[in-house]
Amino acid sequence: MTPDLIVFFLLALVAVASALGMLFSRNAVYAALLLILNFSTVAIFYLILSAPFIALAQVTVYAGAIMVLFLFVIMLLGAEQTGRASPIWWLKPLALGLGVVLLIEAIYIVTSQRGVMQAMDTVAPTFGGPTAIGETLFRQFVLPFEVTSILLLVAMIGAIVLSKVKTPQG
Amino acid sequence: MLPVEYYVGLSAILFTIGALGVLIRRNALVIFMSVELMLNAANLAFVAFARAYEAVSGQIFVFFVMTVAAAEVAVGLALIVTIFQNKQSIDVDQMNTMKG
Amino acid sequence: MLLSEAVAGGPQFFNLVPLVVFFPLIGLLVNLIFGGRLSEVLVGSIASLATGLAFVVAVLLVISLVGHPDGASIALADWITIGELQLRWGFQVDTLSVTMMLVVSGVGLLIHIYAIGYMHDDVRHNGDPSRYRRFFVFFNLFIVAMMILVSADSYLMLFVGWEGVGLCSYLLIGFWYDKGANGIGNALAAKKAFVTNRIGDFGFLLAAFTMFGIFRTFNFDEVFARVPEVAETFPIAILMITLFMLLGVAGKSAQIPLYVWLPDAMAGPTPVSALIHAATMVTAGVYLVARSFPLYAVVPMAQETVALIGGITALFAATIAVAQFDIKKVLAYSTISQLGFMVAAVGMGAVVAGMFHLVAHAFFKALLFLSAGSVIQGVERGEHHVEHSSKQKKSTKGSGGHFDPQDMRNMGGLRGQMKITFWVYLIGALALAGIPPLAGFWSKDEILLEASHLNPTVYYLLLAAAFFTAFYMGRQVVMIFFGRPRSDAAAHASESPLVMTVPLMILAGLSALGGLLNLPWTHTFGHFLEHTIKIEEAVQEIALGEEAAKASISFDPIVAAISVGLALVAIALAWWLYHRRYQEMLSLPPAKRPDDPLRGMLGPVFQLLENKYWIDELYWAVILNPYIAISRFLADQVDWRFWHDWFHDRVIAGGFNALTRLLSIRFDLGFIDAIANGLGSLTGKLAGRMRQFETGYVRTYALSVFLGVVIILGYLILR
Repeated sequence: MTPDLIVFFLLALVAVASALGMLFSRNAVYAALLLILNFSTVAIFYLILSAPFIALAQVTVYAGAIMVLFLFVIMLLGAEQTGRASPIWWLKPLALGLGVVLLIEAIYIVTSQRGVMQAMDTVAPTFGGPTAIGETLFRQFVLPFEVTSILLLVAMIGAIVLSKVKTPQG
Repeated sequence: MLPVEYYVGLSAILFTIGALGVLIRRNALVIFMSVELMLNAANLAFVAFARAYEAVSGQIFVFFVMTVAAAEVAVGLALIVTIFQNKQSIDVDQMNTMKG
Repeated sequence: MLLSEAVAGGPQFFNLVPLVVFFPLIGLLVNLIFGGRLSEVLVGSIASLATGLAFVVAVLLVISLVGHPDGASIALADWITIGELQLRWGFQVDTLSVTMMLVVSGVGLLIHIYAIGYMHDDVRHNGDPSRYRRFFVFFNLFIVAMMILVSADSYLMLFVGWEGVGLCSYLLIGFWYDKGANGIGNALAAKKAFVTNRIGDFGFLLAAFTMFGIFRTFNFDEVFARVPEVAETFPIAILMITLFMLLGVAGKSAQIPLYVWLPDAMAGPTPVSALIHAATMVTAGVYLVARSFPLYAVVPMAQETVALIGGITALFAATIAVAQFDIKKVLAYSTISQLGFMVAAVGMGAVVAGMFHLVAHAFFKALLFLSAGSVIQGVERGEHHVEHSSKQKKSTKGSGGHFDPQDMRNMGGLRGQMKITFWVYLIGALALAGIPPLAGFWSKDEILLEASHLNPTVYYLLLAAAFFTAFYMGRQVVMIFFGRPRSDAAAHASESPLVMTVPLMILAGLSALGGLLNLPWTHTFGHFLEHTIKIEEAVQEIALGEEAAKASISFDPIVAAISVGLALVAIALAWWLYHRRYQEMLSLPPAKRPDDPLRGMLGPVFQLLENKYWIDELYWAVILNPYIAISRFLADQVDWRFWHDWFHDRVIAGGFNALTRLLSIRFDLGFIDAIANGLGSLTGKLAGRMRQFETGYVRTYALSVFLGVVIILGYLILR
């Protein structure tokens, strides 16, 4: 049991537990918070995996902005009403079953590619740093970068248009 | 470092959980959150492979995914709010007027 | 002889022969198309002119024949040509046919002229002046048909004319179709004539078919040329032909058993009775036998049959005539009787005698009928006069109730009022009775002479008939013209106009002098006919031996004396009965006074004769009523109830409907529609099931995506 492994399992446990918690939580706010925890854990994983820029971007964008937005909307729309039983009651067991099947398939695929799992090689310390990211981003991926900025613009306009409150004429 | 399989396996688990969340939950917001979880799991796999094959482009891709996810969340939440204004509910099972 | 020598090789008018048919045809067409706008006299004159022109052509033909006695055969048109069958419309000009043509057109002309006057009164008496034209159209049509008959060169064309005259007879008998007993009496008489004639025609057709079957031709010359060989090989066929032909003769010439139509035919106007039922149409049968002499000559059995039938008919009809009271009925039965003479003559082989009597009979019978018409109209004029002038009740001593101007019991003493009619009638009656030197004596005597040599049975029959003939004619003349008038109408009767009496006088002259045609010493007519009937002398020789033949042809005073004596006795008897005895009877009170002296003398026999031996009633009971019952049965039961109602409606229609129902309901609706509908409902059900995929729930759509992913991954793993 190397320390890597222990750390990995601990973090993995937290990640999975928080994910499951989000899945089964009745309260939407709890779910959102659990998701934030999940994101944070994944950010730590990014750090472990020599992706510091991505890790902090994760925390900033995902956990910081997106989830806060979620929380705003949750509070705006009010508490979840569970309501009546769903007419498609058969979906939950079926989905769970299929989920298990998918899990088995995925694990099988993952573990059956290489006979023996090898540890990853070491990388340069600047790997995944902002410099490296920036250089690649603005050299090879400048077009997607610009397109993404337009995408963000469109999304902003769309969000504004969609969320206009319809006021009566007056 | 651990073999990349571990991280990919974790990514698979998280992805499955996210998919299940989409299928099982009826709250539209929770479904949306599950979608984010799925995106996140994919991101994890990308980063793991980027580390394993020493390819920064994996991380670049994660960068773009995050950006798109943010835009998507913005629009999506606006949609949900609009639907709530019409239907007074965010239970997806009540959005079944396309039946048949 | 001189004439023929003079004219030998002389002018030939044979080609004119079609005109004997076409002149009257044109006459009838002119009257048909334009007659409505012409006056009565003009209509009658056109018809008479047409007949007169036909007569002129006939005279020209006689002149041609004098020079060229063998005659000619003129073909006019081809009628039917199918393989072996070659029928053409041809005219035969020979002495026999020209004789007939002369009689038909000559006597016809006189009767046409007479009819101009007669019909003028008749249409007014019967109340329809517009029918005048119709009469002359039919009359000319008759001449056309009769001419076709006598001028034909084949049995088929003869039959065309035969049928044509039958039709005209029907049309003319039923001329006043809405008059007669119960308003249809005349129509019924016409129908009777036509149907009875048809039975005769049936016989003729059988003869014609047999003839064609054996001889393969209808043409006279060709048939007669082949007779000897067929007589060798197939004599039965000729016997059949001749006997079938006899049936036709019996129908057309009113012999037993088909004579019953002739008395009823008197329902037609008097000129019709004169022309058709005395002079011409009824003689067609005699002409047929005369023409077919070569056929009859080889089958003596048929000859015997014909002669016997002629003789029996002659006597039979004569006895009936004795007890008739209608002036025209007496003459009708007389005609039947005289036709019997003619048929017997030609049957025996005495063709010249028969034809001679035909010609003479045409003269005096036409005369008698026309004079009878004159008498009837005279009495009608008297009746008219009585009705209009006085308020006295009509005395109808002769018969009860409705006044019948044709009943001899209403006449009497007309000698004073209708002098011309009296004299011509007397001449006609004496000619018929066979008193020399009138025509009837010579012709009848010749027949009796031949019969005495050839066929004694027939001779006695004919002799008895001659006695009765004289008796009933005497009776008739005395009842009509002598004594006192028995009714007011008779007392006021007046003479007929000249247009009627002049033809009568001409006919009287012909009746008186007609004997010159064939006096036993000159035999002009006989020699004339001989050219066509060459075998007659041969037959005489065969029958009697050569010498006897040469001796007997001329004259036998004993036979003549017997016949004349009998006639005179009969006339004297008639005079005594109807003049003297009748005066005595007048002294009896009216209730006990019989209408006829003979009734008292003969009693039930008289009744038998008066009712014509009840032959008509017999025919009705034995033939007609059962026939009608059978047809009614066949029509009502077999045709309607069985065939229509049951078979058609139930079996065929019902079966068909059942089949239709089966096909439409069980098959089409049940089976095919079920398939079509089934497809539709199947599609609907399928769609209903498939629609369930569209639940409307987003999560199920997501589930299907998820499921797809799982399956694809599984596939990739397992591959």
